[in-house]
Amino acid sequence: MTAAPLLEVRDLRVRYGAIEALRGVSLEVPAGQVVALIGANGAGKSTTLRAVSRMIPLAAGAVALAGEDVTRLASHQLVARGMAHAPEGRGIFLNLTVRENLELGAYLRTDRDGIAADAAESDALFPILAERRDQVAGTLSGGEQQMLAVARALMSRPRLLLLDEPSLGLAPQVVEKIFSVLRQVNERGVALLLVEQNAHKALQLAHRAYVLETGQIVMSGTGRELLQSPEVRKAYLGE
Amino acid sequence: MSDALVELLQHLVNGLSVGTIYALIALGYTMVYGVLKLINFAHGDVYMVGAYAGFYLADLLTPGGRAAGDGAAGAMLRALVVTAGAMAICGLLGYLIERLAYRPLRGQARITSLITAIGVSFLLEYGFQLQPWGFMPIPFPPGPSPRFFPELVRRADWSLGGVSISNYDVIGLAVALALMLGLQFVVFRTRFGTAMRAVSFDPQVAGLMGIPVNRIISWTFVLGSALAAAAAILNAVPRPQINPLFGLMPGLKAFVAAVLGGIGSVPGAMVGGLVLGLAEEFVAAYTLSSLKDAIAFTVLILVLLFRPEGLFGRVTVEKV
Repeated sequence: MTAAPLLEVRDLRVRYGAIEALRGVSLEVPAGQVVALIGANGAGKSTTLRAVSRMIPLAAGAVALAGEDVTRLASHQLVARGMAHAPEGRGIFLNLTVRENLELGAYLRTDRDGIAADAAESDALFPILAERRDQVAGTLSGGEQQMLAVARALMSRPRLLLLDEPSLGLAPQVVEKIFSVLRQVNERGVALLLVEQNAHKALQLAHRAYVLETGQIVMSGTGRELLQSPEVRKAYLGE
Repeated sequence: MSDALVELLQHLVNGLSVGTIYALIALGYTMVYGVLKLINFAHGDVYMVGAYAGFYLADLLTPGGRAAGDGAAGAMLRALVVTAGAMAICGLLGYLIERLAYRPLRGQARITSLITAIGVSFLLEYGFQLQPWGFMPIPFPPGPSPRFFPELVRRADWSLGGVSISNYDVIGLAVALALMLGLQFVVFRTRFGTAMRAVSFDPQVAGLMGIPVNRIISWTFVLGSALAAAAAILNAVPRPQINPLFGLMPGLKAFVAAVLGGIGSVPGAMVGGLVLGLAEEFVAAYTLSSLKDAIAFTVLILVLLFRPEGLFGRVTVEKV
């Protein structure tokens, strides 16, 4: 018998008023793996992440983290159980400094030495953030803010990191940088649930991927399978 | 010193004394607005409750007024206990108001909470005007007629080169400044304060950091309400007449002070309160004293017309 997947989402439904944004989404993220969620604008990718981390209420469905039913928990309780979420639009506290943003990422931790070690590691991953540590985050460029969003999410030492469009609106070199960091993070054993418009990059990194259309999963497979699938190539890779 | 200078300094002292009261109340408005984007119109009434809490506590500690042989040290201790007790009672009241009245309406249209705030305000104002209930050990509610706040500390007046200053002015300023500096420290130098500023910026993302958003909001109400209670005691000692409606005007004026400073900004509320207190005093002194109450609302109109974000308002920087 195999162990329960790290994240298991079953029949998730979300409503925005009369509109059913998610119409029964089920997916799994095995421990230590990268799972990508691709689809067109409005397909429900961000909504899926927001529902999983309880930024929005669920109409129906269940979420389990490492076998534990966490459907009824609040966002901050999920963080305590090893889930981090770098949300759509980066969610940086623009009124706080870079340092304060990073400290908040470690809000629930009390191991001072561990936090200091992770902060040093974050400085090594993103030297530009170390340089700007005492600057108010509102003065950072978009790319720097995205790096800060990833760095901050990692400060909670998650087992599972949800990432919402980490490449959105960034210059190609910055996108490369972010994805190389994500690869390193995953190599250290952190599972990723990645929502991306940039399907090509996402599928290259992903062990598994799901394709969402109008609030439903329409296809799933390994990253390689989807990269080679004619439908995916036509609809999402622009061929 | 020339008479004109003495007069000016005297008004400065009086204006600061009132201004610190406004500032302490304004802090409660601005902090609650910061985390909930709600104007807590019941805040002025929490201030009123603070004065009554102090009134009852002082009465319980020394029934019938000043105890015989009560030395200066004893009086100071009693004043401290009364102030701390009133702050604790109002802190609890603030917690309950948020928990019972506002939290169930969170996520509804903002006007719903605003109307509820006015409802809570009326509940306190008119609830306190009821005749005392027989089963209470203390004569509570106090009823509509004014009460006289006990003299917690004996008044002493000094004259500094013609400017008269009382120990009330000195204690009031010192306590108010200490509380404001303390709050400034909490908001800008502690983990709780950072969490509070994060909730103020984006409560949903704050939750993603592991911040228990509801608990932060509760503590914000506790802190703001406790400061209002401190303001009430500081005000009621030199101006001892209290009644169930006397929180109305200071509440409105402190709201104006918070808007003037930039609602949501902690330093703004402090500066706004002081500026408003001084403006009132100087306008009343050098023009018509009947304009005293009008000045606050003139300031409100001017701020809303020309600088709606207030003196310290946050200029939103957003990058896409």
